[in-house]
Amino acid sequence: MADQQTITIEVDGRKLEATPGQMLIEVTDAAGITVPRFCYHKKLSVAANCRMCLVEVENAPKPLPACATPVADGMKAWTCSPLARQAQKGTMEFLLINHPLDCPICDQGGECELQDVAMGFGSGLSRFVEGKRVVRNEDIGPLIATEMTRCIHCTRCVRFGDEIAGVREMGATGRGEHMKIGVYVEHAVSSELSGNIIDLCPVGALTSRPFQYRARAWELTTHDSIAGHDGVGSNIHVHVRNHQVMRVVPKDNEAINETWLSDRDRFSYQALYSSDRLEKPLLRKDGKLVEVEWQEALLDAANLLKNADKNRLGALASPGSTMEELYLLRGLLNGLGSKHIDHRLGQGDFRAADPVLPWLGQKFAEVENNQAVLLIGSWLRKDQPLLNHRVRKAALAGAQVMAVNPVDYDFNFSLGSQVVCTPAAMAGQLAGIAKALGADTAGVRAVDNAVHEQIADTLKKADQGLVLLGSVAQAHPDFSVLRRLAANIAEVAGVTLGFVGEGANSTGAAMLRAASDDGLSLGDMLHQGLDACVLLNVEPEFDSSNPQAMKAMLGKARVVALSSHVSPWLREHADMVLPIATFLETAGSFVNLQGDLQSFNGCARPAGESRPAWKVLRVLANLADLDGFDYESVADVREEMLKSISGVKPDNRLPEGDTPGLRLEESDLQRIGGTPLYHTDMLVRRAQALQHTPDAWKASLRVNPALAQALGLEDGDSVMLRQNEGELTLPLAVDERVPGNCVWMPTGVPGSELLGAGFGAVSLEKA
Amino acid sequence: MKTVIQYIRSLFLLELFKGMSVTGRYLFRKKFTLNYPEEKAPVSPRFRGLHAQRRYPNGEERCIACKLCEAVCPANAITIEAAPREDGSRRTTRYDIDLFKCIFCGFCEESCPVDAIVETRLYEYHFEDTDKAAGNYIMTKEKLLAMGDKYEAQLADDRAAQAKYR
Repeated sequence: MADQQTITIEVDGRKLEATPGQMLIEVTDAAGITVPRFCYHKKLSVAANCRMCLVEVENAPKPLPACATPVADGMKAWTCSPLARQAQKGTMEFLLINHPLDCPICDQGGECELQDVAMGFGSGLSRFVEGKRVVRNEDIGPLIATEMTRCIHCTRCVRFGDEIAGVREMGATGRGEHMKIGVYVEHAVSSELSGNIIDLCPVGALTSRPFQYRARAWELTTHDSIAGHDGVGSNIHVHVRNHQVMRVVPKDNEAINETWLSDRDRFSYQALYSSDRLEKPLLRKDGKLVEVEWQEALLDAANLLKNADKNRLGALASPGSTMEELYLLRGLLNGLGSKHIDHRLGQGDFRAADPVLPWLGQKFAEVENNQAVLLIGSWLRKDQPLLNHRVRKAALAGAQVMAVNPVDYDFNFSLGSQVVCTPAAMAGQLAGIAKALGADTAGVRAVDNAVHEQIADTLKKADQGLVLLGSVAQAHPDFSVLRRLAANIAEVAGVTLGFVGEGANSTGAAMLRAASDDGLSLGDMLHQGLDACVLLNVEPEFDSSNPQAMKAMLGKARVVALSSHVSPWLREHADMVLPIATFLETAGSFVNLQGDLQSFNGCARPAGESRPAWKVLRVLANLADLDGFDYESVADVREEMLKSISGVKPDNRLPEGDTPGLRLEESDLQRIGGTPLYHTDMLVRRAQALQHTPDAWKASLRVNPALAQALGLEDGDSVMLRQNEGELTLPLAVDERVPGNCVWMPTGVPGSELLGAGFGAVSLEKA
Repeated sequence: MKTVIQYIRSLFLLELFKGMSVTGRYLFRKKFTLNYPEEKAPVSPRFRGLHAQRRYPNGEERCIACKLCEAVCPANAITIEAAPREDGSRRTTRYDIDLFKCIFCGFCEESCPVDAIVETRLYEYHFEDTDKAAGNYIMTKEKLLAMGDKYEAQLADDRAAQAKYR
């Protein structure tokens, strides 16, 4: 955008300023002049196939579509002249010819673009007496309900798949009367952004399946909130009816989520009303958890915490907890004399100190301008779908995206150079890249690989680049080493180092850590053990990167859990569980990966007798006779919390110190962990619709075809995986993406609670 | 002069006799009074009495849970919950009309795209304290459908008679 000249056009007699190359509809939209449209969408390419936006342009022989007419200096256009109106009404009549009159049973009724435009431009009576066409429906998965007879062929969903999701799943077949939109071969759409086509569809052809028939647009109250499952912090509208969340839709925020929303953030609300939602406090009596009144549970919890040995009292919080909750939890613990609190449940290595405040290293918008991106241990596409969208934009603009991963993860853009190696070899491969750059290899022996030169070269040449450590790297037992190598690579190549944490608020939790002295890290806690532990929104066996160690540590401790749902292990071992509100039911703040602190209010009434966690923590502190917990509202907590973190700035520089040696060694068979996108936190794991998508982890052990053949196993064979003392029997799945001598068995999925760390030596045998 | 005429009129009780003559005339005329409840007045096909929900001749309930009646109801008397039925069709899981709130305006009937919610000619019903406690003043979906089944013949005739005016 070097030479920004402006030109002047005239629309409906109004003089408007425009830039050359803009389409007429962009100019009228900016000026607030209404032009009806169906196929045009500001984030998609121009198709100009609905012909609804026809306007009259001076010297044009026919009306022109405003969405496909570039502005020119001195152009004169009329959007509602008799000619334009006649054209628009004619188009409307044709569009309505094949549209069924089923508005009363259509979920789009009341928020339908076709309904709205038909009110303005349709005729009251139909002249059409012939038969209407009917289109067969396709089942495209558990998230999206289809009624293709209603389709008006705007092709927004097709273009979305092509241009945004990066997987061409929907398409148009046939011509004219026989044209229909579908998925060619019937299958569930697999994009992690697929829910957006529900919003894009101007009619009721594609609607939300979990929300199907449950409420009408006019019954819903809209609350603004922040999505709580990934580090993007997407802005959302929460639609509420009778104090219950009915659905979640995106709210435009160009700097964060643009107009999109990932499926995880869109459909996770279902978990709020899952059958195992905790509605009353539970207290262990005679070995069994029984429902009790709040008073009894709170007194018991406060007593337990007061009487615990303060040096052996700790707390673990989910990285999806709000700033206010974490701040109060820290305050409660500090008041009781303990400093042991950690949120890095998924981190696999605590030997070296973390950076002061790990963050993305760039703003989301800047990610698009990178010329080289190196992903280390990251399935960015599934971990952070909307951040991946920014990287994809960079890739489409010509950036080289490279990866060092333990699995050949599929991305929706093509990778430049890629290293797929066993988890144990990742450090050696990174050292190879570092060596190629001439950087310090932190004592790791570099593996030879021709790709290293290419990756090093690309990173070096880039004016702006990013080395991104993902959640798989974070869960790696040698994370400290990988991180040091990544930092060395970034420094020498002159690119930015970035971290992608887990949960919605890992950056915020790190801010709070940075703002106070620290006690034991989770690693130390696992090593030294605790006498008593407070869990905030944690399912120990699923949220931990090492379930066996976590269960062993907590099994010996007294556990006070604050949680909206109870995991089976907690039901067996927790001393008490206090039901708390989820992020949609409470007020709080999240800090996203680019460091924005975004506050939100509760949208719905907490289920049953559950209470916002900040209130529970406040009362616990009061009952434990601690001073300074007289907050009357969440705003009081926030004010104090903000003061405490006022001096903290995002900082990815690694503290000085020796890099520890490698722990993970090459072995006969290694496990590859990581957490699949629909198993990242307790809400997502309980969102029914998401659990039925192709992205939900199928209970299986994935191995390379060569390995399966060497072991004499076939796809579907029942096999037993052993790790330490744990064993698990699941069907085998042959998967070419897995490197040899590895078994892909993630953490966070059913069955993983029986095993140890996500990475390590395992053995496999036929069951 | 006016005062004198007034005086003479009141002296001869002229106005009284004039009035009594009207009374006398009606005394011997045919009577309008009905001996309710033995006798009942004719009811219009447009009468807006107690509500009912109709079915199609094949027994399928008409209501499709579009919630237009709930939206149009000026007294907020209608409460609807909807969900997909096992066969995937859009149906109500709850359809309540609070008869204490209802003002019998007939908007629900008018807004219904499938003639499901209708008002019958029935106007003879009451609630007692016990009913109120038991929530009997709520017309539930079951009660509405039962009403519809009972009066379907009459309801269908009335709709047919009115079709040309709607």
